Amino acid sequence: MIELENVAYSYGGGELLSEISLKLAPGSFHFLTGPSGAGKTTFLKLCYGALIPTAGDVHLFGQDVRAMTRDDIALSRRRIGVVHQDCRFLDHLPVAENVALPLTVAGADRLEDVANMKELLSWVGLSRRADALPPELSGGERQRAALARAVIQSPDVILADEPTGNIDWEMSQRLLTLLIELNRMGKTVMIATHDLSLIRAAKSHVQARVLRIANRRLQLAGADL
Amino acid sequence: MNAVVAKVLGFLVGDAQADRVVPPAGFTVRLTLFTSAAMAFLMVFALALSLASGRLAATWSSELDRGATLRLSAPPEQMAAQTAVAMAVLQTTPGVATARLLSADEQRALLAPWFGPDLPLEDLPVPQLIEITETGAGFDAAGLRLRLAAEVPGAVLDDHARWRKPLVRAAGALRALGWVSILLIGAASAAMITLAANAALAANAQVIEVLRLVGATDGYIAQAFVRRFTLRALAGAAAGVVAGLIAVLLLPSAGAEATFLTGLGFRGWHWLLPLLIAPILGAVAYWATGVAARKTLEGLT
Ligand SMILES: Nc1ncnc2c1ncn2[C@@H]1O[C@H](COP(=O)(O)OP(=O)(O)O)[C@@H](O)[C@H]1O
Ligand SMILES: [Mg+2]
Repeated sequence: MIELENVAYSYGGGELLSEISLKLAPGSFHFLTGPSGAGKTTFLKLCYGALIPTAGDVHLFGQDVRAMTRDDIALSRRRIGVVHQDCRFLDHLPVAENVALPLTVAGADRLEDVANMKELLSWVGLSRRADALPPELSGGERQRAALARAVIQSPDVILADEPTGNIDWEMSQRLLTLLIELNRMGKTVMIATHDLSLIRAAKSHVQARVLRIANRRLQLAGADL
Repeated sequence: MNAVVAKVLGFLVGDAQADRVVPPAGFTVRLTLFTSAAMAFLMVFALALSLASGRLAATWSSELDRGATLRLSAPPEQMAAQTAVAMAVLQTTPGVATARLLSADEQRALLAPWFGPDLPLEDLPVPQLIEITETGAGFDAAGLRLRLAAEVPGAVLDDHARWRKPLVRAAGALRALGWVSILLIGAASAAMITLAANAALAANAQVIEVLRLVGATDGYIAQAFVRRFTLRALAGAAAGVVAGLIAVLLLPSAGAEATFLTGLGFRGWHWLLPLLIAPILGAVAYWATGVAARKTLEGLT
């Protein structure tokens, strides 16, 4: 689905990531960890075509990102749901419309989706906040709204960048549970986090591979967690 | 053709949901409305100016074709002889195509507006008029005057072509100026709408980023902006045209005898021309915002 081959990336200075190879298999569950500033966000951006590698190849669903047009990239985002580190919304639209935005821009919002939408909002516990505007939401509510938006189009892959970044432990447990449920439904999931206790909490529920960025390289973390 | 109409209608009716993704009317949108109205108002006048000076140029140049007139005054007993000499002079002047004596009836018709229809022309010392038409090259008016002064002292050459030509040229230039103004107003509208669209695109950078992240194509994002600006430009221009037409209608009219200043306005089917202004400005806005949006979007990751 997403394949990286000997990828390197540099923002202009020295290389931030080097010699990275990874194949995301369908239905797999990955954690991506590493200290802040290691390049987790950068790595995820490479995975959804927001950045083009400075060396090596990235393939999204079999297509080389370098050969993809802007529209190809836009269309691939309908198959990759992303929960961004800084969840951004359209502040003038209520939560429900923001969550439905991927359908709107795909021209695919239909009446039967209203029921799905209700279900989705109650799944992330935002039923009562459906008409609120994004700036009125708490950090945790924003994260959950972002997750709902990422999955509304039923994407094949879900990439979550620090989805539990600024919420309390209980809330991050709930979010993790939601992501594990999605994985059980067959979605490929990758979560970037520097929170090791979250990874430990997940390990008992799901078979997850833990990748660590260290010294610019991607390593498979052992059982030391 | 039907497909094009359907496309234009679809664009105008639009996708209500897609419209909502761009935050509601900002300052730039109101500026667009005002600018298009002002530009359309000015365009109505530039158009009226061009059409009126065009009519003027046409009237004057048709009068030009009449060439020159020789006015012959002489005591009644010498009139016939002097006329014969004058005709002889004219017929031997290079550049004169024809010289024709105006009949008494024709002269009476010319004087009727001033003296009434029952003028006893025969009893009055009315000069004899000779109508001259020129060849393409024209004649040497100064030389002809010298010869006439020597041979027919009572003859006066009235060379209206000479003084009308610059007027016809001036009217033609005025018309050209009018059309240049129309083009400039159109170009200025495009420039201002581009600036407004760029300002709106910059102000909505976060909106564009969010739309892109959730999988919106450039075409979808551009359309949301283009539609908004095109509709505002159309609405503004329509208001401006209506105001301009009302102003033109309120201009004092001198009827059929209209001279240049009072003749500013539209005649006949020309009234339909201002109706094209709003659609044209709408098309200009569509094009200008489309270019601005695509340029901005291509600069993003
Ligand atoms: N757009 C950018 N331009 C230049 N440097 C950047 C940019 N984005 C991130 N960086 C740098 O790249 C490094 C890795 O950033 P990031 O991928 O966000 O790390 P992480 O998500 O692991 O905290 C940081 O040192 C950051 O300053
Ligand atoms: Mg990060």
